[in-house]
Parts: sequence; C-alpha cells; structure tokens
Amino acid sequence: MIVASALGLLAGALPLPWPFEREYMQLALAAGLVVGACAPLIGVFLVQRRMSLLGDGIGHLAFAGVAGGVVAGVWPVWAALAVSTAGAFTIDRLRSRGKAQGDLALAVFFYGGIAAGVVLLGFADSLDQGVNAYLFGAILTVEPAEVAVVVALGALSAAAILVCRRALFATVVDEEWATVAGLPVDALNSVLAVLVAVVIVASMRVVGLLLVAALMVLPVATAQLLARTQRGLLVISGGVGISSVVVGLVCARLWDLAPGGTIVLVAVAVFVLSAAAGAVLSDSQIG
Amino acid sequence: MPSNGERDAVAVLEGVRFGYSAGHPVLDGIDLAIRPGQFVALVGPNGSGKSTLLRLLLGLASPDAGQVRLFGHRPGDPADRGRVGYVPQRPNLGEGVAASVADLVSSGRLARLGWRRRPRAADRAAVDAALDAVGLGDHRDRRLRELSGGQQQRAFIARALAGEPELLVLDEPVAGVDVESQALFRRSLVHLQTLGGTVLLVSHELGAVADALDRVVVLKSHIRFDGPPAELAASGVSLGVHRDDLPVWLEGVR
Repeated sequence: MIVASALGLLAGALPLPWPFEREYMQLALAAGLVVGACAPLIGVFLVQRRMSLLGDGIGHLAFAGVAGGVVAGVWPVWAALAVSTAGAFTIDRLRSRGKAQGDLALAVFFYGGIAAGVVLLGFADSLDQGVNAYLFGAILTVEPAEVAVVVALGALSAAAILVCRRALFATVVDEEWATVAGLPVDALNSVLAVLVAVVIVASMRVVGLLLVAALMVLPVATAQLLARTQRGLLVISGGVGISSVVVGLVCARLWDLAPGGTIVLVAVAVFVLSAAAGAVLSDSQIG
Repeated sequence: MPSNGERDAVAVLEGVRFGYSAGHPVLDGIDLAIRPGQFVALVGPNGSGKSTLLRLLLGLASPDAGQVRLFGHRPGDPADRGRVGYVPQRPNLGEGVAASVADLVSSGRLARLGWRRRPRAADRAAVDAALDAVGLGDHRDRRLRELSGGQQQRAFIARALAGEPELLVLDEPVAGVDVESQALFRRSLVHLQTLGGTVLLVSHELGAVADALDRVVVLKSHIRFDGPPAELAASGVSLGVHRDDLPVWLEGVR
C-alpha cells in the first residue's frame, strides 16, 4: 500500500484553503474529483442509449456484494466489484440476445440484488456501520487505501472510455450499422457494462449506492442541453460532474450537510437551472 | 439472367432461401451476382423481401438454404472490413444522441480505421470529401437533431461514403426526401461509381437515379426481372423523373 500512503500523505500535506485544509477533506476531494469526472463519462453512453437506469440496477447488485463481503469478512469493495461486474456482464449478454428487452428482466436482477443483500446482512451480528457508509455514502471518512482504489478504478475506466469513445458512439447510434462496419459490438457492450460496474464501486463511498447512478446521469442531462458535439458532451459532462462534487463538498462543510446527498442535489440544481435558462433563451429567440 | 459464381463478382447469392417462419419463405431460389462498378436497383412491392435480401448480403441474417458470398467470402468476414458501406432504412437517431454532423460522418470512417486507431489526416480528408459529396460541407458542426429529414438522411449516406466502400448498399434512402437532397443523392452515387464503386440500391422511387442505373432487379419472393432499365421500359414501365409507373407496375408483378 505504498501508493495509498503516498496518496494519503500527499492529500493531507497539500496547503489547500478552507474547506479543504484538513486531511479528511483532501481525501474526500481526491475521491470525489475522480468519481465526479468518471461517472459522467460512462453515463454519456448509457444516457444516449436510453439505459440511464442501468447504473441504478447495478448499484443494487453491488449492495448484495457489500453485504456478502461484510458477512464473509472480505473487504466490501472487492466483493461489490466482483458481484456487480458479474451482474453487469450477465445483464448485457441477456440484453444482446434479446432476452432482457423489457424492464422486467432487469427488475428481477435489481430486486434480487437488494433482497440478497438484506438476507445476507441477516447473517451478520449487527447491521454494520460500514454498510450504511456504502448505502448512503461517507466520503468524509474515506481512508487513503480506499482513495487509492478509487483513483485506480477511475483511471482505468477513463482510459477505456477515451480509447473506445468513437466506437461506442457508433454503436450508440446504430448497433446493426456498427456490426456491418466490422466493429466488435458485443465486446464494446460488455466493456461498457463492466465499466458501469467499476465506476459504481468506485462511487459508492462518495455518494452511496442509493445515489450512485445520479452522477452518471444528471451531469450528462445538463451537457445534452449545451453540447453540440460528442467531444463537447464528454467535456461538459465531466466538468459538471467535477463542479457538482466540489460545490457539494463546500456546501456540506459549510452547513454541516450529508455530503453524498448534497453533491447530487447540486447536480440536480445545475440541470434545473440549465434547462430553465435554455427555455428562457429559446423563448426569447422565438419572440 | 445472372451468371453465377463469377470470380470477379462483388456479391453473389446462389439458390438462397430465407423465411422468418418455417414453411413461409420470404425469399426462394434467389440467384444474383453483382459485378464491380455496377449501379443496381433492387425493386419490388412491399413485403417482397428486398430488405431481407440486403440483411443476408450484409451478414445480419443467414440463409436457410443456398450461399451468400461477398468479395468471395462469407458476409462479415473480418478480412473484408470496410469494403461495404451501408445506409439503413430510415435510420432513427435516438433523441438523447447529442452529436454533430461531423461526429456521425467520422464514425463511418471506423469501418476502415477499426475501433482503436486514432483518425489521421487521410481519414479527416475522407470525412470532408463525404460531407462535400452530399452537400453538407457547410453543416459539419451543426447538431444532427437540427437538420431537416432530408439533410439527416444525407448525413447517414455520408457516414457510409466516409469509409470509401467498394460496395455501397442503400435501403430506401430517399423515402420522403426533398428534391434538392434527391439531386445531391444522385450526384454522390454517380461519383462513387466513377471511382469504381459498386452500388446496390433498394428503393420505391427510382426517379432521381433512373438514368444512371445499369441494371434493375425486380423481386417478389423470386427474381421477376433482371436486366437493363431500357428493357424494363420496353415492357411499358418508365423509370424517368416525375413518373410513377414503377410503383403501379410493381403492385401488378406476379
């Protein structure tokens, strides 16, 4: 855990102004910035395919993983990563074979995930404090080792998205066309599904599993109002995600609010304001 | 009649049968060979199997019987990646897709480039040429959703052209498209043909391209006619601009 301690030292040692002068705030900032940038990058391709709720579903599966980890004594992050990656992969395979077209098949996974989590936690002696940290987020108590994992998972998914973004866009527009063009459509879909799982696991301590998909969807919804190009969509989505995290952390420190919820509320506010501004602008153009 | 199994043929169908349910073939006994540089129109009444034939040719479906060969290989063979350009029927752009015209047309270049490699100068030049060919050179930075239906359709044609295909397959590309777009459409197909490309066009409306066609194939489960447009004209069907003999005649094809 050399990387982790290095990051921890670095984070704690930086001479940042209020509200990021304390070590725990710097760790929160580091984890939040990575998640704020990466979740929307993945979300860009989910939202454009009208699969916005996939993140929520995989979040439910990750809960089963967290619970399983708590019961089995495995670090919940690894357990959640294993369960949600396997689940994301399975959902995608079913979808591509036309067996999970309706919401229904996905709903079975989602509720199955939550229910399995609840049952598994019944085996634990007490409803562990740690489980709440994953359900509702606890960004102010992340440890250097967790930040290291978040940074690694975030870097991995951002790199994958940047390499695959053109091909992913082609499959978003038309899977059949992409198949004819010789693109590895099945593999690209699997990569996207697995990236969703990876980013959800990276985000669960930041905003909590209940809100994990919000950072994948809300910044993209804002960017769709503003962007003219795919590049613009990626840049604005990431920018809105990062800003929401920073502003959310500041507000949370200022007024002593729950940080996960505050970050998401900021992202909601940015979307509502952008949509309202857009409506006013287009009205004035017509008038 | 088509001579089959020609070594130089771009696309060959031999004894092809296909049905979506057993005992009800949509296509039966199809023999067709398309040679390099030909501009071929595939026509037929609704439900005659035109789109199905294209799907077989593109490797999106497999025949129940018979053989399909594209460039001498099975359709979809990785060796032939990028040699086929495809313009789907009424491509519908998801409402959530936020992309520029250039984004869409550049994605067409992936057929040549593969999914990993970054576009180079030659790729950008091919994209620019495709945009110019369909008259969208001045619209490259506009949002796709802001374009008219005809302009959007042209953007999808440009996406196929950007891959510089040897065979361009188009499924009803001018349905409901304005006159200006039809003229540009004709120009871009003829341009591709002068570069040695082969064009297979499925359409109800051949008016705009009638004078450029080498060959018309009439389909209704079987091939009912296969020959030059002049021969079809001799049987009283005019494909000329502003004439609607073809749809009327097609409905009578037995």
